Amino acid sequence: MKQTFRGYKRDNGAVGIRNHVLILPTTVCASHVARRIAEEVREAVPLCHEHGCAQKGADCEQTRRTLVGIARNPNVAAVLLVGLGCETISAPEVKDELADSQKPVEMIIIQEAGGTMKTIQKGAEIARRLLEYAAKLKREGIDAGSLVIGTQCGGSDACSGISGNPSSGYASDLVVQAGGTVILAETSEMIGAEHLLAERAADSQVAARLIEFVHRIEDRAKAMGVDMRGANPAPGNIAGGITTLEEKSLGAVVKGGSSTITEVVEYAHKPTRKGLVIMDSPGQDTASIAGELASGAQIITFTTGRGTPVGSPIAPVIKIATNSPMFSRMADNMDINAGTIIDGEETPQQVGQRIFNEILEVASGKLTKSEILGHRELSIDRLSPFF
Amino acid sequence: MKTTIKLQDKFIVADPKDNVATARAEIEAGVVLSREGRADINVREVIPFGHKLALERIASGEPVFKYGQRIGVATSDIAEGELVHVHNLAGERGRSK
Repeated sequence: MKQTFRGYKRDNGAVGIRNHVLILPTTVCASHVARRIAEEVREAVPLCHEHGCAQKGADCEQTRRTLVGIARNPNVAAVLLVGLGCETISAPEVKDELADSQKPVEMIIIQEAGGTMKTIQKGAEIARRLLEYAAKLKREGIDAGSLVIGTQCGGSDACSGISGNPSSGYASDLVVQAGGTVILAETSEMIGAEHLLAERAADSQVAARLIEFVHRIEDRAKAMGVDMRGANPAPGNIAGGITTLEEKSLGAVVKGGSSTITEVVEYAHKPTRKGLVIMDSPGQDTASIAGELASGAQIITFTTGRGTPVGSPIAPVIKIATNSPMFSRMADNMDINAGTIIDGEETPQQVGQRIFNEILEVASGKLTKSEILGHRELSIDRLSPFF
Repeated sequence: MKTTIKLQDKFIVADPKDNVATARAEIEAGVVLSREGRADINVREVIPFGHKLALERIASGEPVFKYGQRIGVATSDIAEGELVHVHNLAGERGRSK
């Protein structure tokens, strides 16, 4: 049976499942103005962040790639860039980089517009026009093979590896079988499970790169003289019954499913292949999600045992509870209960099928709990301090 | 009086190779767990929800297996029926030394 959903086909052929107008400051100095513009036109989404200036080398390139990637994400119908005028990551440069997305990209510069009040006023006018444009776009029938799903787990407990992640993994397999793409990230939560992933790599180059990424993050911790334990597993993971990093990792990587790993990409890089792809990212959830959004993820599936409410600015996050007590306790944040597996009522396959069905419904417009509550947390991974 | 319960009703053994099992709900000390083809396990202390129970004696320095994979080594002798957690199990990865 052909699986379909109703999404937005963009002019460049990409498929979005949301229709956001993004207000994107290219530097922290333009964040306040961007937020105020979005307050004037409430349907617009501000993407405020702390970066964009006095950054160098690979760190600057990574921030630029992340901001451009999020703006290029097909869930975004149109973009208003807000620049200050003297920053490292300049609005005109970002506008040029976005040309290939073929979506409307407008720009306003605070120093040229004449300060905060005038930029808010002019920016709100532009944002209103972009929203009128977006409102005219219509959903159409799309093959499920166009889905790009980012996987996450956060606030894990000992049930994550038994209920939430295996069922999320089954849904991941269904997406891949439908011809879509699944991104497995959170490299620090592959430590101790990398040998199992490497066995499923499409070729020896993909396997070698995966092992290199895992060793790189482990070595980074060693070079800093810090023990990853304490941050990973985090105190809440330990209270939930996870003892070691290996245990957490073995339970975490199954959320990507059992497919062949077709490609391994750096943080915020867009995959060139479909199927199951690994993206390097920290275990920190909001930074990992930002990388997935920049690599083109339309939806995030997110398992949690302790219970985390975080969402994302432009992609719906489907929250999957690993245990029934937390599902009941945090009912306003959880979309799916995988705790039924612990209770002996359902199998990971049954819950996984429910997750896949939910993915198709959310892709067609059904709002997730994090969207209804307005959760739009974002952080961007950094490679070095400011200069 | 001791209650006897089937192991699989209260715990999840993720892989046959495992020497620990995960509690489906909090288990009291003194409960006896029955399993097919092997001797019963006496639960020696409270095992909180989601935490691990030793399915056999694990000597200090021996590996602990969950999901059929090595998750660390015992840092002290662990008796069958005891809680396995940070006080008697340590990971081998992501360490500064």
